[in-house]
Amino acid sequence: MEASSEKLSNITRLSKISIRTFVSQVPLLGWLLGALIAVALEHFVGTPFARALGLPKALSLFGFLIILKKPFLIPSAVAYVLLIYILPIGIVARSSASIMNKLAGKLLDFPMLFSVIIHLGLLYAVVHWWSDMSLYRNDVARFMLIAVMVTLSLNIINGYMGEFSCSHPGFLALGAYSASVFTVLLFVDDRIFGLAWLPKAIGPLFFPIALIIGGLVAAVGALAVAIPSFRTRGDYLAIISLAFMFIVKSLIENLEAVGGPRGLSSQPNWASLPVVFMCAVLAVWIINNFVRSTFGKALNAVRDNEMAADAMTVNTRRTKMTAFMFGAFWAGVAGGLYAHVVRYVNPGDFDIKKLAEVLAMVYFGGLNSVYGAIVGACGISLLGEALRPLALYKWVIIPLLLILVMIYRPTGLIAFKEFDVKKLIQPKKVSP
Amino acid sequence: MSLLQIDKMTHYFGGLRAVHNYELDIKPGQVWGLIGPNGAGKTTIFNLITGIYQPTEGKIILAGSELNGRSPHEIASMGIGRTFQNMLLWRHMTVLEHVKMARYSKLSYGLFGAFFGTPRRQKEEAESEEKAYQLLSIMGVDQFVDQIVLNLPYGAQRRVEMARALAMEPKILFLDEPTAGMNPEELVQMMKIIRNVHNDFGLAIFLIEHRMKVVMELCERIQTLVFGEVIAEGTPEEIQNNPKVIDAYLGKETVE
Repeated sequence: MEASSEKLSNITRLSKISIRTFVSQVPLLGWLLGALIAVALEHFVGTPFARALGLPKALSLFGFLIILKKPFLIPSAVAYVLLIYILPIGIVARSSASIMNKLAGKLLDFPMLFSVIIHLGLLYAVVHWWSDMSLYRNDVARFMLIAVMVTLSLNIINGYMGEFSCSHPGFLALGAYSASVFTVLLFVDDRIFGLAWLPKAIGPLFFPIALIIGGLVAAVGALAVAIPSFRTRGDYLAIISLAFMFIVKSLIENLEAVGGPRGLSSQPNWASLPVVFMCAVLAVWIINNFVRSTFGKALNAVRDNEMAADAMTVNTRRTKMTAFMFGAFWAGVAGGLYAHVVRYVNPGDFDIKKLAEVLAMVYFGGLNSVYGAIVGACGISLLGEALRPLALYKWVIIPLLLILVMIYRPTGLIAFKEFDVKKLIQPKKVSP
Repeated sequence: MSLLQIDKMTHYFGGLRAVHNYELDIKPGQVWGLIGPNGAGKTTIFNLITGIYQPTEGKIILAGSELNGRSPHEIASMGIGRTFQNMLLWRHMTVLEHVKMARYSKLSYGLFGAFFGTPRRQKEEAESEEKAYQLLSIMGVDQFVDQIVLNLPYGAQRRVEMARALAMEPKILFLDEPTAGMNPEELVQMMKIIRNVHNDFGLAIFLIEHRMKVVMELCERIQTLVFGEVIAEGTPEEIQNNPKVIDAYLGKETVE
């Protein structure tokens, strides 16, 4: 009896080790190729295969929804996920590992940008094909990318600078409304703003400007929190930022010019998946550049000890102002995208519930880390969608999960880790 | 010409007079010491000079320019480097990041460079990294570069703090109890480091210290501060034999 259990634990240990070596030998390029093949497989044979397994249609979100709705389909759902996603990805990643390692090494002979573009292209192809299957998936993917932007931007203030800021829904609202007013006023015949001023055909060219305006308005709004932060910090600043959020919300509610509590609708549908994807990539790139520079590290210095930062020539006021305005800018851009994905905004979208959601993403994923922000945003938004059939119980399970994370990893899943693009795309060493 | 000159500086905390008519005149390359019992106002004087507090009265002049009314980071970038009594290190940052951070005012690539990673940024960051490596190896802590600073032994942390203060290329270095909490072995090493820094960089040094041995061996001139007033100033020998200093440190002997 004892011998067999020992044998069993030996087997699990061995399998753990072999999985670890397997994972550590496949470069990112290999995983992307595997994922691409998996989504291609689903694209071509997903629906007939699902029917053959007794499922009504191809699984919309890795089977989570169907498992919760119709528990008797669990075996088929598991089989589907295994055969469409896990096995193809595993087999392709494993069998192509050595070629992909060589290829990734070759790519690095060129300027790094080239390799990065190839990786991003593959990633986009995966996301595009996956989300091409249904409108629902398309929405999930776009919301997820926007969530990544919001989480990153909040991580600048709450993680990198360590101030507990609650004003993010306010920044989102400012961005969403400013961008919407710009596009609706100029390019759409609308009951509030009247006829369009410019032909709609040239509109998409102006969409980046709309987003930037949204970001800039949010950044200016951020001054209302940044300036008090020179003299207060901690709980007091958290309250000021909370007040800011409520002020923005009630300001918009009382502003009849933008629809008041009824909200603002008829935004043009320019926030398509490629646009959102590009914005998210740009946000990750610029934010990651910033936090790895000495000016970005100054945020950490101000967080860990402001007096020492000052004594070491760091301009603390400028640093705080930069953090708040930069974070708010990206929140504003994300807000503008959000408004054009949903194509309707109302002040109720930007209340304390939104705040709880973005804070959960930041603290779940990990403070002071770009990886953490990406993991947190994708994790929580996927979980939120996957648990949708549970209705109210969703809001029991997600907070419980958050509590568990806080107990076992108090700073989040992947905290204080640098996002080094070069390390990410380079070939993996194969141990002999 | 004097490097750091202070004229009749007085400071009140509310109704409490913490520093009274304090005067100082440090020439380039000199090592000065400030001693005094606990609560005499030594650290307050450091904080007044480095801009953390603004003096109620009096003028502070560093190499010809007035420091009154300037913010701490400006004063620091004008050439006052300092270490702290209780070592103010950044708990989540690595040793290398600490030293690079002190090059903040020397960087000119600005926010644009920070956002977009321009070639100028790469160049300046590489330069400051090289400078940081140099200083860390002078301090003998270059084996720790990528470690979080709080994981280092105490003596090494002190040296990192010193390297950080030197990275800003100061004209004068303020050391607030550099040997606090050190064992005799670390003490000897620290004194050697201070002496080396003084010789190699030609820096003026102003230090607060409790241990007589350190002050007497390192300093050219010493001030004794009691209740915010300088009661004695002079060479180590003069201070050692000054009855007022002996009183302040050892208490007056009452003979019955």
